[in-house]
Amino acid sequence: MYRYDTYDQAMVDARVEEFRDQCRRRLEGKLTEDQFKPLRLMNGLYLQLHAYMLRVAVPYGTLSGDQMRALADIAEKYDRGYGHFTTRQNIQYNWIKLEDAGDILADLASVEMHAIQTSGNCIRNISSDHFAGAAADEVVDPRPYAELLRQWSSFHPEFAYLPRKFKIAVIASKTDRAAMKLHDIGIRIVERANEDGGAELGASFYVGGGMGRTPMIAPCINEFVPLDRLITYAEACLRVYNRHGRRDNKYKARIKILVHELGAEEYTRQVEAEYAHLLDQGVEPPFAELERIRTFFADPEFRAAEEASASGEPAETASEPAFRRWVQRNTNPHKAPGYVSAVISLKPVGGIPGDATAEQMRLMADLAERYGFDELRVMHTQNIVLPHVHKSDLPAVWRALDGAGLSTPNLDQIGDIIACPGLDYCSLANARSIPVAQKISERFEASGKGEALGELKLKISGCINACGHHHAGHIGILGVDRKGVENYQLSLGGSEAEDTALAKITGPGFSEDGIVDAVETAADVYLRERTEGERFLDTYRRIGMTPFKEALYD
Amino acid sequence: MTDPATTTEGLQGDGQGHNSGLLRYRHDAIADHAAVTVDAFVEQDDALAVRIEPGDEARELIPHLDRVKLVEVNFPAFGDGRGYSSARILREAGYEGELRAVGDVLVDQLAYMRRCGFDSFDPDAPLDAGDVEAALARWPDVYQSAADDRTPIWTKRHA
Repeated sequence: MYRYDTYDQAMVDARVEEFRDQCRRRLEGKLTEDQFKPLRLMNGLYLQLHAYMLRVAVPYGTLSGDQMRALADIAEKYDRGYGHFTTRQNIQYNWIKLEDAGDILADLASVEMHAIQTSGNCIRNISSDHFAGAAADEVVDPRPYAELLRQWSSFHPEFAYLPRKFKIAVIASKTDRAAMKLHDIGIRIVERANEDGGAELGASFYVGGGMGRTPMIAPCINEFVPLDRLITYAEACLRVYNRHGRRDNKYKARIKILVHELGAEEYTRQVEAEYAHLLDQGVEPPFAELERIRTFFADPEFRAAEEASASGEPAETASEPAFRRWVQRNTNPHKAPGYVSAVISLKPVGGIPGDATAEQMRLMADLAERYGFDELRVMHTQNIVLPHVHKSDLPAVWRALDGAGLSTPNLDQIGDIIACPGLDYCSLANARSIPVAQKISERFEASGKGEALGELKLKISGCINACGHHHAGHIGILGVDRKGVENYQLSLGGSEAEDTALAKITGPGFSEDGIVDAVETAADVYLRERTEGERFLDTYRRIGMTPFKEALYD
Repeated sequence: MTDPATTTEGLQGDGQGHNSGLLRYRHDAIADHAAVTVDAFVEQDDALAVRIEPGDEARELIPHLDRVKLVEVNFPAFGDGRGYSSARILREAGYEGELRAVGDVLVDQLAYMRRCGFDSFDPDAPLDAGDVEAALARWPDVYQSAADDRTPIWTKRHA
């Protein structure tokens, strides 16, 4: 994985000092709260309902064991012993004191981490495929491109005060595991034949996607940007947005509105003109930098497929039904023979989606070091991945996870719920999300239907800002406030995968308990109507909304 | 990037009746002309100073750059970042005259403004000299190219 050199370290250290100085000036009254707010936001510090929340960047979701351990230490030292992994592959702490923030940033800098641009109207943490570098289906590891974009976007002097926040995702597989088309810019690294009969890599740019109150799927504006023009093209996309994105209405300020109002064709024309101009301005990094970054993402030294485990875990473990269920459900094919990527579910039945305690973080760090080439990934679905695990080590990994409440075998099933913090934490929320997620996972555990339902992605947001990705859920739930009472709207048919789709609302909303019943009703319609091999989403697409509506409202 | 002498000089004002908060990082004489709007500037052949508002098209000035002595870029609110693009666009077009940020110009935005090509500042509220100096000396390096002459980290790595 990428490691800082003295330049990277000096920049992060300088940021810590800058923030300490800003805090000092705020306390001395030299900065008003209005002036201080964007500065603290650009260091990840939000004021929530009960306390400050600090969001720490995990660039493209990749962490080392030491970094995960440092996150555990921060949870214990400055928070309440746990942290919350987010849908943008970051982690946030919900109970932070402003006066500790400088020290936390310094602790993070000591392990090559930071909270830079994790909030504010600037370019946010770059996200990526959580199976990058491991997935059997990728063209190339997308993370070097994400790292190059990280450097370019860090402290970018022109794009620190954009109309609104700006999120970029980079993938390199046809399978989309990063909701790429629902980002301000989604980049897919693609391969095409060149004139010499070989293949060359380039970047497809999708611009103007997003969720929030106006969900949109990003159109492709350029199918093939050469890799030695990647930064220049991104710069052009951003400049057009910075100059022409709406600033009169916060809710219409995201780039999706600009692209929608101009039309993709006109936006593209403006970007291409700016790009042609910028090509002469020398903004592109030397190609050697991309090559330098790539060396950090070289494959680890994989063992032979047939090699045995040195874990000492008894052979019988491999035949335990619970182990076999976990392997079947929570592992993903790997490009190296004998390996898989193993998903650690942070969705125990009745738990808070995405939360992990300090002890759990340390255990995951230990497992990564012992069995996973010292690497972990945060998934946008709020789980953790050990990307490279030898199959012979899976019994030992599972045993350790099982002892720590981390072995729930529910990847992409109805219990694997994305939920925003909701009204339990968030000052924007209209309704609670977490209790609804808890009730649903408990309901389906009790009925035993979760396994039968197979892949069914359920996502819950506590307000129309859609942090819980409800527009993109096979089943989506949106919490609203109806005359002072929490009410939940149900929607069906969304997808954030390569078959990106926006969910449609079923009809009138439900009470907190009613929504749990409604989800079960919708699930039962699927179980009744499905044909062989169909997922919930496939059945919905085939039969449409009507049978679901009839079951829900008649 | 920071020349303490010019910083101090700027803070003391220029002795010509300008706002005593004027910060200037140029050694030529101050262009003492009243700035007109972009539309007026384009129409008036004798105008020498222009003020760009956030929604203005900075590129309209490009054919007239040879007579521009001073460009003011107004920041009615510091959170409106359009002026950063206007500044870079003019520098990219070869403008070498004074480029002044005016309005809600605060100390924490100065370093980015300098990188985008601003070389003078006329803030609504005067800035603390020590804070200005610290802000402009903050960054040991820069990651990306902009309108200043700083060499990006990624170029230094492969020099």
